[in-house]
Amino acid sequence: MKCSYFLDRRPPLGGAVNFAPCPRPESRESSCGLELRPTARSAAQVWLSLVVGLIMLPAMFGVSLGITETYMKVLIKTLKWATFRIQKGRRERETLKPSPSNGIIQRDDGSMEKEIGELRRSRPKRPDGGDFTLSDVFYFSRKGLESIVEDEVTQRFSSEELVSWNLLTRTNNNFHYVSLRLTVLWGLGVVIRYCILAPLRITLAAIGISWLVIGTTVVGLLPSSRVKNWLSELVHLMCYRICARGLSATVHYHNKQNRPRKGGICVANHTSPIDVVILANDGCYAMVGQVHGGLMGVIQRSMVKSCPHIWFERSEMKDRHLVTQRLRDHVNDKTKLPILIFPEGTCINNTSVMMFKKGSFEIGGTIYPVAIKYDPQFGDAFWNSAKYNMVSYLLRMMTSWAIVCNVWYLPAMTQMEGEDAVQFANRVKSAIARQGGLVDLSWDGGLKRDKVKNTFKELEQKKYSSMVVGDDSSD
Amino acid sequence: MGLPLVESALQWNSGILNANRDPKNDDVEFQITRLYSRFHSLDKGENGALSREDFQRIPELAINPLGDRIINAFFPEGEDQVNFRGFMRTLAHFRPVEDNEKSKGHDASEPLNSRNNKLLFAFRLYDLDRDDKISRDELLQVLRMMVGVNISDEQLGSIADRTIQEADTNGDMSISFSEFIKVLEKVDVEQKMSIRFLH
Repeated sequence: MKCSYFLDRRPPLGGAVNFAPCPRPESRESSCGLELRPTARSAAQVWLSLVVGLIMLPAMFGVSLGITETYMKVLIKTLKWATFRIQKGRRERETLKPSPSNGIIQRDDGSMEKEIGELRRSRPKRPDGGDFTLSDVFYFSRKGLESIVEDEVTQRFSSEELVSWNLLTRTNNNFHYVSLRLTVLWGLGVVIRYCILAPLRITLAAIGISWLVIGTTVVGLLPSSRVKNWLSELVHLMCYRICARGLSATVHYHNKQNRPRKGGICVANHTSPIDVVILANDGCYAMVGQVHGGLMGVIQRSMVKSCPHIWFERSEMKDRHLVTQRLRDHVNDKTKLPILIFPEGTCINNTSVMMFKKGSFEIGGTIYPVAIKYDPQFGDAFWNSAKYNMVSYLLRMMTSWAIVCNVWYLPAMTQMEGEDAVQFANRVKSAIARQGGLVDLSWDGGLKRDKVKNTFKELEQKKYSSMVVGDDSSD
Repeated sequence: MGLPLVESALQWNSGILNANRDPKNDDVEFQITRLYSRFHSLDKGENGALSREDFQRIPELAINPLGDRIINAFFPEGEDQVNFRGFMRTLAHFRPVEDNEKSKGHDASEPLNSRNNKLLFAFRLYDLDRDDKISRDELLQVLRMMVGVNISDEQLGSIADRTIQEADTNGDMSISFSEFIKVLEKVDVEQKMSIRFLH
């Protein structure tokens, strides 16, 4: 309860980051090169105290100084101007109109029955409806070639394509040199992002993470009590807010009345590990996951001391029954924080929602769906784990313009009578897709690493077989 | 366009170099650029060529009953890698037929997306041993790929017999390419064997 009281004092746009146009310590250094060492020391002091004073403290208490808002306004204006310039350049060349879907081909979504039926139109229909013609392969060939040119699944595992260039080098695959002014603007952006924003954000992230480790370890020493819970939530919130500022996250939370409550399960679509930071900025969650090594391991071990997060050993994860039981015990205890689960099980590029694994929907209890949609214009939040490791991903985040994201809390959902876990999972998935403006796919996100199961091919074969022998066959 | 792209553009649409500053050329350039980036995202080995594995990683292709035959169409006999040029060559069969191409028709070299070449693509899906004939056995094997375990051997056998009887005109109990063309003369091959590009 105290935690939420603490939260309520925050202004609506709490996840603010401060980009203080502070006197740059380096520039001072160059002006008085002789007294370099004492100057450097005092410069570092100024730097740190500015970071602490203008960012850390407001972050810890969830106050915004309005600097982020100004930064965002300037940024949006700049990008609008850039888009205008690019489009103008295009009109002159009369080429490359951006299509709203970013697709390259128009696919027919007609069913197999309809399409093959059309192919067989020139032949007399047989009474049982079944037939085979040599032209049936046209259907499979075109479908196959279409999927080679463009498919629904694999494109979700690589970065989303933008309609217009957002002045980050890495997104300029399809937009080449446009104009001198844009190039100068881009160069200026590089200097700002790499030389000013990145060091600031790295400092903040380091402070945030060490604060989490130290804070939770100290709180963990206290005997269990209400004070301990309160302190633990306080430490978590402070840390996440500092980290969010370290990523320049501007998060808009919608429908706060639907925020997950204790004793429930919060499910969300998954784009990147920073989803956790985004959500935890606005409330405390119990995390579920596998025990990691390295830095993640240190963080996990200290976190669990102060707050009942649920970490599994790799071997335990295989035992579905044990996992479900531990989660069920947690949910049944109404004093414990809501569990945060990403049922897709892998990061998707924020254009679609893929199959929800049914596990989280077999536990019972109330499901609190949350839709997270990042604005790709300011930086690509998708973590392509096949291409980048965690650290280089975070560095890319910290050298982007900002992380802007919308979070919608959806009304709580419970399993309906006569509905099995899979159907329930699909219902929740559709609700999230609809709210977040994401494409609702039934493919398994696990296809990122694994091959598709043969049973899906067998389904296609079965469907086609019924067209060959007709519906009334008894085979 | 860079040089490898120009070369592939010729594979894709041989008319591209004739007309200067035709706005349609920009569309072609756009298509080729997009297909080039698609080629690269499929190329997981990042060696400038695709293997069969790379194709099989596309889930929608992997569940296609004829997926393996389609993948095979990209690989010339005995090769297990296909570069962008070859990739475009096969894809070009599915480029829509444009009006001006229809009327020309009698050029020295037939474009890859002509009706005949589209039919040849389909014919080769059946012609497993590449001897320019579809035997009963080959037809049976391809039918089995399409229907899986759902239809009995006898039933499939009679379907194959009937199909060959209908198509075979010279009585050699197999289907040659000219017989194949004849059977499918009423089918709108140009439309059914084309991918519609948005640009």
